[in-house]
Amino acid sequence: MGAQLRALWGWFDARMPSVAEQWKIHAANYYAPKNFNFWYFFGALSMLVLGIQIVSGIFLTMNYKPDASLAFGSVEYIMRDVPGGWLLRYIHSTGASAFFVVVYLHMFRGLLYGSYKQPRELVWIFGVLIYLTLMGEAFFGYLLPWGQMSYWGAQVIVNLFGTVPLIGPDLALWIRGDYVVSDATLNRFFALHVIAFPLVLLGLVVAHILALHDVGSNNPDGIEIKKTKGADGHPLDGIPFHPYYTVKDLMGAVLFLAIFCFIMFFVPEVGGYFLEYNNFIPADPLKTPPHIAPVWYFTPYYSILRAVPPLFHSQFPGVLAMGVATMILFFLPWLDRSPVKSIRYRGSLYKSALALFVVVFLVLGYLGTEPTTVWGQFGFDAFFLDTKDVATWVARVCTVLYFAFFFLMPWYTARDKVLPVPERVTS
Amino acid sequence: MRKLLLAALCAPLVAFASEAGYPLDPSPHDARDLVSLQSGARTFVNYCLGCHSAQYMRYQGLTAIGLTEAQIRDHLMFTADKIGEPMRGPMSVKEGKQWFGVAPPDLSVIARSRGADWLYTYLRTFYRDPKTTSGWNNAVFPNAAMPHALWMLQGERRLEVAAGGHGHVDYKWSELSKGAQSVTEYDATVRDLVNFLVYVGEPHAASRKAIGVLTLFVLGVLFVLAYLLKKEYWKDVH
Repeated sequence: MGAQLRALWGWFDARMPSVAEQWKIHAANYYAPKNFNFWYFFGALSMLVLGIQIVSGIFLTMNYKPDASLAFGSVEYIMRDVPGGWLLRYIHSTGASAFFVVVYLHMFRGLLYGSYKQPRELVWIFGVLIYLTLMGEAFFGYLLPWGQMSYWGAQVIVNLFGTVPLIGPDLALWIRGDYVVSDATLNRFFALHVIAFPLVLLGLVVAHILALHDVGSNNPDGIEIKKTKGADGHPLDGIPFHPYYTVKDLMGAVLFLAIFCFIMFFVPEVGGYFLEYNNFIPADPLKTPPHIAPVWYFTPYYSILRAVPPLFHSQFPGVLAMGVATMILFFLPWLDRSPVKSIRYRGSLYKSALALFVVVFLVLGYLGTEPTTVWGQFGFDAFFLDTKDVATWVARVCTVLYFAFFFLMPWYTARDKVLPVPERVTS
Repeated sequence: MRKLLLAALCAPLVAFASEAGYPLDPSPHDARDLVSLQSGARTFVNYCLGCHSAQYMRYQGLTAIGLTEAQIRDHLMFTADKIGEPMRGPMSVKEGKQWFGVAPPDLSVIARSRGADWLYTYLRTFYRDPKTTSGWNNAVFPNAAMPHALWMLQGERRLEVAAGGHGHVDYKWSELSKGAQSVTEYDATVRDLVNFLVYVGEPHAASRKAIGVLTLFVLGVLFVLAYLLKKEYWKDVH
């Protein structure tokens, strides 16, 4: 039996790229730096969440109806009458937010240790593409429950495209497939959510990892471990991904799943942040909710959109700012002029800039979930105050700082006093 | 740091006032109290189901709150013939619009969109108002289209709103006529009804938490094993 199985294995190996060879390249013989810390869990965790979303999504698709008159009811049918349906739905809704949590932390790791810098520019670019695709995926998926926030959130976002000069209205019409968000919109968003974007996402993840495994992983010291190799030709500071990081990531995955399950089983709505309360009201095209808030992972950009004042009665400058705020990420490898990668050896300029950026991102994120009146109004009037809402002005300051982090980066990273980088990784 | 993050995420759970500014009373409902849930079911089919529906809930599902199918059939099923049918009311959407201006909303997930505190306060703050078409108004939901369906239990009340100092608003309630229940009895009736609505909003909530405890226990054991495995493998990494 054993001999026959080996023969069958050999038959396949002779007719396609060897699986054993691939295993060696990407796991058993892939040398990763031995000094990965807490921040290095989130890449593997992102892949775990992607898997969770695909599997739970497949089963949800079996019971969901992409029809404006049935969609809301079919979600409730899943929550009540489908055996285990409530679990599938909560896995998927918690997974959507968890995906952004791990991806944001993964991206922040890149900022901490300069993982986007030469020679990993392409790894970073594929990563930003994954992030943008993920945003699209989340946006399309959010329409499917067909609640008030689904509906009006989609209405607001599609209308953003309508502000583009000249082609705007036609563009918005083309995206919606109707003059308002309707059954036609729901159907196409369903198609994009369950097949088009997941395919793109999977392809990009493969590209992200292939590019990474070609250049090798960065590490908290920002040192190229390939520079110091031992007699066996392997990096002295590297250890095989398997078994060292497979067992370490397994540990991280179990801990992550524990947090995931705690949220899913005990606080699946997370106070209205993971599942918005108003989305339990069926979509009503005739009733605009007084306060439309996107889900938390979009709110930093939503804040930027709202902060930019309209020009000639057009919201386009805000839309443009929002677009630039995401697209600027692509240029990060070339904006950063520092000779060192890791925050450990950078000077106070970059350290304070990054700290400020984190605060700004969180403040923008918070303000995006609230109405602009959340912090009250200024008690005085002045000619330059087009709005007296304090929150809008805070968002404006934060928006300027958000862009300053990127646009001034060539300047402050070049002037920063850096520390000498050691030859070998520190433990 | 995680704990802090979670606490920050959960902060908006603490809501203090309705959009109308009327302070919300915390709902004292208890999901494990089956007697309260059954009493809430009775109030619901007798007072709410005439106009509203709970169309995503099936009568059969009420066996989960300790009722037998015979009890459900004999005492609760006024609007269906078969036990597997959904809880629909006799009033159509069109009739509802004609009679009230807006169709009474389906109540299947009303506790999830409004929250228990809102419902508990809303159902206890109706007052007489000659300026509205129904003759009723509500402190939490001003100019609600719904008249006070439970008025025979609570009685008629009057509300005077006076502006106090420092932007503070004083609400003064007074009784116009007595209802069939005392204030405490009525509060209990509403508590049971809200309890039932919360249950109907997510019938599997109880099993969700039970499975959660088990899952976390299994993951806890698994984490210890995964940690020991990692430690064993990493012994030779210096």
